[in-house]
Amino acid sequence: MRKILLTLFLLAVVCARPAAALDAAAVAKLATGEGDEKTNAIAALIAEGDPRALVILEALGAGELQTAGNRVFIVKDGKATDAITGANIASIPPGAEDVVVNNRLRGVVQAALAAASLMSADRSMRLAAAKELAAGADPAVLPLVTKAFEKETDPEVRSLLAQMTATAQLKSGAPEERIAAIRTLAKSQSGNTRTILASVLETEKDDVVKAELQRSLREIDGRLAWHQRAGLAFAGISLGSILLLAALGLAITYGLMGVINMAHGELIMIGAYTTYAVQNLFRGYAPGAFDWYLAAAVPAAFCVSAIVGMVLERGVIRWLYGRPLETLLATWGISLMLIQGMRTLFGAQNVQVVNPAFMSGGIEVFSDIVLPWNRIVIIVFAFAVLAAMWLMLERTRLGLFVRGVTQNRAMASCVGVPTTRVDTWAFGLGSGIAGLAGCALSQIGNVGPDLGQSYIVDSFLVVVFGGVGQLAGTVYAALILGLTNKLLESWSGAVIAKIAVLVFIIIFIQLRPQGMFALRGRAVEAG
Amino acid sequence: MSYRRLFIKRLAAVASVVAASTALSLSLQVPAANAQTKTIKVGVLHSLSGTMAISETVLKDTALMAFEEINAKGGVMGYKIEPVVVDPASNWPLFAEKARQLLTQDKVAAVFGCWTSVSRKSVLPVFEELNGLLFYPVQYEGEEISKNVFYTGAAPNQQAIPAVEYLMSKEGGGAKRWVLLGTDYVYPRTTNKILRAFLKSKGVADKDIDEKYTPFGHSDYQTIVADIKKFAGGGKTAVVSTINGDSNVPFYKELGNQGLKATDVPVVAFSVGEEELRGVDTKPLVGHLAAWNYFMSLKNPENDAFKAKWAAYAKSKKLAAADKPLTNDPMEATYIGIYMWKQAVEKAKSFDVDKVSAAMGGQTFKAPSGFTAKMDEKNHHLHKPVFIGEVKSDGQFNVVWKTPGPVRAQPWSPFIAGNDKKKDEPALMAAKK
Repeated sequence: MRKILLTLFLLAVVCARPAAALDAAAVAKLATGEGDEKTNAIAALIAEGDPRALVILEALGAGELQTAGNRVFIVKDGKATDAITGANIASIPPGAEDVVVNNRLRGVVQAALAAASLMSADRSMRLAAAKELAAGADPAVLPLVTKAFEKETDPEVRSLLAQMTATAQLKSGAPEERIAAIRTLAKSQSGNTRTILASVLETEKDDVVKAELQRSLREIDGRLAWHQRAGLAFAGISLGSILLLAALGLAITYGLMGVINMAHGELIMIGAYTTYAVQNLFRGYAPGAFDWYLAAAVPAAFCVSAIVGMVLERGVIRWLYGRPLETLLATWGISLMLIQGMRTLFGAQNVQVVNPAFMSGGIEVFSDIVLPWNRIVIIVFAFAVLAAMWLMLERTRLGLFVRGVTQNRAMASCVGVPTTRVDTWAFGLGSGIAGLAGCALSQIGNVGPDLGQSYIVDSFLVVVFGGVGQLAGTVYAALILGLTNKLLESWSGAVIAKIAVLVFIIIFIQLRPQGMFALRGRAVEAG
Repeated sequence: MSYRRLFIKRLAAVASVVAASTALSLSLQVPAANAQTKTIKVGVLHSLSGTMAISETVLKDTALMAFEEINAKGGVMGYKIEPVVVDPASNWPLFAEKARQLLTQDKVAAVFGCWTSVSRKSVLPVFEELNGLLFYPVQYEGEEISKNVFYTGAAPNQQAIPAVEYLMSKEGGGAKRWVLLGTDYVYPRTTNKILRAFLKSKGVADKDIDEKYTPFGHSDYQTIVADIKKFAGGGKTAVVSTINGDSNVPFYKELGNQGLKATDVPVVAFSVGEEELRGVDTKPLVGHLAAWNYFMSLKNPENDAFKAKWAAYAKSKKLAAADKPLTNDPMEATYIGIYMWKQAVEKAKSFDVDKVSAAMGGQTFKAPSGFTAKMDEKNHHLHKPVFIGEVKSDGQFNVVWKTPGPVRAQPWSPFIAGNDKKKDEPALMAAKK
């Protein structure tokens, strides 16, 4: 079907006869027909070569085409225009129904539109069209591609088209031509090259060409394997950065201060809900600046979680210092209260946090590896938070006090450090970082009252595995756990990977209870 | 010091109250109705907290809405329905305890509840032992016909198999390779077992089927999406997703971000409806599919009335979702179940479980799907139409395929060995668990 359609389209482009009146019957079929009738109607419309046909097809692809009775019209932003004449319609007729578009139809429409824009004067449109067609590489478009290739002057578009024309020469032409075509294809980054070459290999008779095919396939396989590894490494680092963010706050409150804070996950959850609230404020009051809501959400999440953390410390935890069991119970109770509180405040349902436009989609490193922007941003964010925290602990007066109090409380108190106030500030800092983690997590996962529950165990694992009281240990532990998890996942599936990582940590802690990096020296004995 | 001790005491008290309220859960007892009017107690057994609260809370509200509606029109045989709402808190053993409480203490005439198959399996022995009556409103894996349960959701032949057939057809894209992706528990595993046998019967080779599972609550789908991409390199691929609960959100986000479009690799889901897509930005997901027996976007008078009723109810009760009221398939199934029970009671002229059960067979109800749903005379399942919808950019579904009329359920799938010998009528199921 697609072939006939595109051949027809090719004819239309080649003939480019003056615009005729649009075939109203074809438009009606497009709107009300079943399956093949619709694709035939698309072919008929394109064959007419009317620029209006492209407008209709674009509307169809975008789901903007509606029909009422015999009338077909385009509804965009609440305004209706007649599909055939383009005249404005005062009001949408009653009983209007959407024209149903399924995936098959959408594919046909996209290919037709891409083929049409191959001849466009705009370079970016040609490039987009070439990419769209290269991913599908339908043999029917090849004559059109060859034609476009001859005219094309832009090197990037040209190379894409060259790969597509090579596909045409694969099956016909002299052996030398075929070998040249194979070599061109082998260099291509396009995802379906391997499939094309493998299918040609099955029918190829010539031994020389066959050997070349096999060599090219091996080359491609080798390259794909590297892409796979690169993708896996990225996934591992991404998971590691998430674990790092979740655990950094805990590295302060548990690692440095020694408070077993079971409500840590809920502080993350509060950060995520703060992001949600800020997002709603932006949507309500500054829809124009919506893409920048994160700039406000990051400090807001930090402050809200930090304040909750400080209240927690002042109100509850302070009275329980040195009694880990009671602290554990009390903070666990608080975590339940916070969860139930959020449920009453925002409802049991998950809430929707929308990625700003710049964090949707991804960059295509290779045709088979796309690195999502939200994960890249989170990796950068995690390390920025880490750097800021390190600077704060090492370079500021507060940081000095925190280190002093955690290393030797009595001595710090003797030299005039207000230890109780430092405790509050340090706990606030740790909680605030948990809030930042929540803000980041809201961009990739669910935001619901139970959000924190899924990260609390992971956070403790990272801190304990890295070595309590060690920031560097937390960083290494997060990355190692992230990478191991992803590596195992690709071998054995997500369920086994999760189990294997837990078993690994149990064994590791048995052998090395102090974690990867242990504190040495007097501080340990004193603590 | 004493202040501190007092504080700790208070704290302990608060903590224990909180623990009690969540661990043991609150059972909300609606105050008894006016003593002059006759009342009949009916149980609602849905998780209002924990992981399944996301999906089940609206079913509780749907049930309460239906009861209110029935009461306003004079009740069941003149009896006002008095709902007893309990919260089993997504805790499977607690489901059995709460079911026992409903049947023995509250002596309810019928129970509407459960979502996951695990929870249904856990209450099954209780209902069979005490001869209770359960209406189960969610699509499931089949392999069960209990004499004490009426299944108003879909069996595999009313959802999974038509969806796969559609994707194999020319109109659905003509998929040749299949990724069966699910959460690791009984429903996805059984469904995938049935689908694998079905695909094999259609000539799909084992190397063209990739079965994958993730734990409950899995949130990092990077490697899985990358694997799907790699697998799709070998030919036209479709993904059948039985991922349950809120894991769907990160899965769909990852799909969108990695640029896997529905025109290349369509994903059909069996547990994703309007409510589950509430938390997702649906623009990158346009064209992915779901198979259900009802969609909110269906246009017919019954559905318009159903949606209007739900919107009004959500607003009057100030439900959390009232600003964007959504209806979905399990809500419709709950609604049908309640009305069929009412009709059966009125036909039997009794609330007695055995008499009502006997009167259930052959009951019909003009459902919001636009079709007349019928309770099968024998197998306790509904005859329902099947719809396949593609996700639209506003989170609703665009129906691209439907059965000409209601389909009879086959709880014993013919694609599982040995099922041909099983009888298509109720038996005691608990022993076979």
